[in-house]
Amino acid sequence: AAAGLCPWRALLVRRGGALRLLCGSVRGLAAGPETHFGFQTVTEAERREKIYQVFESVAKKYDVMNDSMTLGIHRVWKDILVHKMNPSPGTVLLDVAGGTGDIAFRFINYVRSVRERQLQQKLKRHQNLSWQEISESYREDKFKSLGDSQVVVCDINKEMLKVGKQKAQHLGYSEGLSWVLGNAEELPFDDDKFDVYTIAFGIRNVTRIDLALEEAYRVLKPGGRFLCLEFSHVSNPLLSRLYDLYSFQVIPVLGEVIAGDWKSYQYLVESIRRFPPQEELKAMIEDAGFLKVDYQNLNLGIVAIHSGFKL
Amino acid sequence: GRACLSHTEPRVRDGRSGEEEEEEEEEGCYQPYPGHIPTSPLQKALLATGSAFMALCDPYRHDMVAVLGETTGCLALPNLRDKMKHHPEGYRILQERPRIRLSTLDIARLRGLPDGSLGREYVRFLEDNKVSPDTRMPPKFVDDEELAYVIQRYREVHDLMHTLLGMPTNMLGEVVVKWFEAVQTGLPMCVLGAVFGPVRLSARKLQVLATELVPWAIRSGRNASCVLNVYYEQRWEQPVESLRKEIGIFPPP
Repeated sequence: AAAGLCPWRALLVRRGGALRLLCGSVRGLAAGPETHFGFQTVTEAERREKIYQVFESVAKKYDVMNDSMTLGIHRVWKDILVHKMNPSPGTVLLDVAGGTGDIAFRFINYVRSVRERQLQQKLKRHQNLSWQEISESYREDKFKSLGDSQVVVCDINKEMLKVGKQKAQHLGYSEGLSWVLGNAEELPFDDDKFDVYTIAFGIRNVTRIDLALEEAYRVLKPGGRFLCLEFSHVSNPLLSRLYDLYSFQVIPVLGEVIAGDWKSYQYLVESIRRFPPQEELKAMIEDAGFLKVDYQNLNLGIVAIHSGFKL
Repeated sequence: GRACLSHTEPRVRDGRSGEEEEEEEEEGCYQPYPGHIPTSPLQKALLATGSAFMALCDPYRHDMVAVLGETTGCLALPNLRDKMKHHPEGYRILQERPRIRLSTLDIARLRGLPDGSLGREYVRFLEDNKVSPDTRMPPKFVDDEELAYVIQRYREVHDLMHTLLGMPTNMLGEVVVKWFEAVQTGLPMCVLGAVFGPVRLSARKLQVLATELVPWAIRSGRNASCVLNVYYEQRWEQPVESLRKEIGIFPPP
């Protein structure tokens, strides 16, 4: 429809989807509401398709690229998120856009170590038990190394889930872990199901953030916690310039050299700039019904953790 | 290809990082050719370094060799283009822009040509080494569209170089062809490939390389006229021997 309105533009067709060039704000009505894909303006449907293709393309090199781009610092950010969560055995976590499993694995490790400490303390206290009773308690606890904790990893992209499952198998994670294909804007879960909802470096890629936040509210139990780890805005002017320089000059080059994919990483740095800053995101989380919403800047705002509660 | 902005960004990044967007006009999309990615000089430098390193570490990353060629060819490519412009056949190639692709080649007809002809030997080379002309990367980082064609032509003609030089696609054969191409084109990527390629060869092969093959490749490269000035698509029937003589390539050892 837009092509008819702008006949002097060429239509670039790529992979079946039509990439339409827009003339200012004049667009065909059938095209749907406008949104952004990096610095381009596209329809919501186009954006979803393009983002799906980006992650399909980067899935295999996702972890390598994360390490290269952030010089391994993303691992620290994710550790901080799980520490902030401070899960105890019995916590049920939903990790949305969890793709390759980084948060899920950290959650499992954390809960396991908490569990081990609990068991040790329990044994210390039961000094007067007979050997029979001690060995029984060992047996019973052995099968519950996670103590009823569970993590459900939900992602919209099959390739990312595939990589995550392979990683889990390779690293030996199986208990208490499940993988679900699903859309953050419309989660395939019932209401009031989870203790914690996390979304790490995923909410930026959601087309309707408001819907995702509403869904998060819905599936959390009362008292449940929402945690979001995402790239945010740097207010310090010097750091901001250095960060921009690094993002726009170096990251797409890394993408080309390591993953053979310039465009996906160009999208990545553009999408970071397009994402709402800390206060705006906080307001959106509050709009969804969460209370005691707060955020914590990491690395002067390069990354922020937003937290809210369903009370 | 990369879509362009239809509106300016409210929060425009600094000049450095905004170079890619600034190069595109707001009204329309000027992209020199489909697949072109605009890059700043800093990015070209980073790409050149990164791709050189990656190509050395993982020789199967042909895309990195391609990127290296594009980002370092700023002197050699205009040189080649001028050589082509000043030669009648080269000039015609620049005008007509022929492409060597499976869709444009009539493989069955070429196979039917007599043994020893360029077409027959080329098809034999493709089949023996199980390669296809369609695996050549299209250029992305060359900013001038005519130079982009020149590098594309150079890539597509590479298999014909193998045929004319009688070299297979193993590491040794590739290195020999790189030496020839380095002398012929002056492309830094060829020079780097020629110098660092042998690193992975055994001592015996290195000896053969150093004593016989490389000297022959250099001599042929210097003696031969520019290989990009040959309209190969119009010479399938010509015997390889006669074409070698015409260009000035000495018979392989």
